[in-house]
Amino acid sequence: MTSAPSLWAITRRTLAKDLRLEWRSKDAINSMLFFALLVVVIFSFGFDPTAEESRKIAGGLLWVAILFATVVALNQTWTRELRNQVLDAYRLSPAPPQALFLAKTLGNFIFVAILEVLMVPLFVVFYNLRSVGPVWQLGVVALLATWALVVNGTFFAALSIRTRSREIMLPLILFPISIPALLAMVDATTSILTGDSSPIFWIRLLAVYDFVFTIVGLLLFEPVLNAE
Amino acid sequence: MKTLFNVLAVLTLLLLGYAFCQAMFIAPTEATMGDVQRIFYYHLPSAWVAFLLFFVNFLASVCYLIRRNPGADALALASAEVGVSFCTIVLLTGPIWARPIWGIWWTWDARLTSTLVLWLIYVSYLVLRHYATGGQVPVLAAALGIFGFVDVPIVYMAIRWFRTQHPQPVIAGGQGSGLDPRMWIAVLWNLAAFAMLAFLFVWVRYRQALASRALEEAHAQASLDFETGSTP
Repeated sequence: MTSAPSLWAITRRTLAKDLRLEWRSKDAINSMLFFALLVVVIFSFGFDPTAEESRKIAGGLLWVAILFATVVALNQTWTRELRNQVLDAYRLSPAPPQALFLAKTLGNFIFVAILEVLMVPLFVVFYNLRSVGPVWQLGVVALLATWALVVNGTFFAALSIRTRSREIMLPLILFPISIPALLAMVDATTSILTGDSSPIFWIRLLAVYDFVFTIVGLLLFEPVLNAE
Repeated sequence: MKTLFNVLAVLTLLLLGYAFCQAMFIAPTEATMGDVQRIFYYHLPSAWVAFLLFFVNFLASVCYLIRRNPGADALALASAEVGVSFCTIVLLTGPIWARPIWGIWWTWDARLTSTLVLWLIYVSYLVLRHYATGGQVPVLAAALGIFGFVDVPIVYMAIRWFRTQHPQPVIAGGQGSGLDPRMWIAVLWNLAAFAMLAFLFVWVRYRQALASRALEEAHAQASLDFETGSTP
């Protein structure tokens, strides 16, 4: 070992470790999937929409379901590291905290992306959806929106494991901050599905949100990780 | 310190009284809305003071993360608490005015919605402070304070766009276009009075937070001394 490994190398290693752990246990993804499925089914009891109406409400339902499911997964990201004092070991190691934050965020991004890939067909079937606008735009919205949810979610999950009743804490601090992102993802999705208006403003807003909070998260993660 | 506080408290009371006279008796009655409009003299100053306090919270949070001084943390806590109180006044006086004027208590208009979201963000800040324990509270709270403040312009942009896409006809006829000069005087007096009041509250809460911190440290020190004293 002549030189210290780069930030990216450490990020990749940590991410690989998380993915392997998840692949073997499937804790997060299973609970998240089943939870999201439950939310979709329960929503469908509340609404009995026609094809035209479902285009208007599907964006909201889909993202609310994904948001709730994301919280389920986020709560497990850091509790896993509390067992056997892994987090303390990480704090003592010379590895940059940003690498840990990035790895966790990317890991959650992958989990939520898998969830979306499995959930969207269900939505299409259950709510009889057909998009009026171009479908590829939905892909862009999904990528940006997922990052918006997990970048803040991962940060706030790290913050809330330091509090009493941590499982309740996470949504309480995550949801208020995420309101503009939620508004953007829901409205972007609705405007693509209905084809009524252009989603460009919302896509830009999501991009700005992602950019700003990625920077703020990277800057503030170090003090939060080392807070005593 | 105590005399200065008492002098300021008396001054604030006088100012509040005078501002009340200005708002209730001296400012002219609004032509279409009548006396209901007078709530505006409390609504607007509260809003400005709340926004100012949230900004103070942001500055104090940044300062705490850089310098780690307990004073900055106490100021962040005090300004967030008083800010949320004033923001609550805004959210309560708004509907009281809206009911007779617009005929509804609430509408998802841009300014109402963004104020509500702002309120939610800072309530979550206080919730975090309440639930977090131990010496890490100031750092966690400071991080959330910065996140919250950075979010404010994004909230504002999102909600403004959201509402310009779906215009609300009820907004027509609101105030804002051309105030009578005497109304302006009442607004400014009330603004001064509320700013003083907020300053006093923040001051008290700031001293209180510092004192309770000192007390906790003294307790910890005392139990430490006891432990070391009792063991041979």
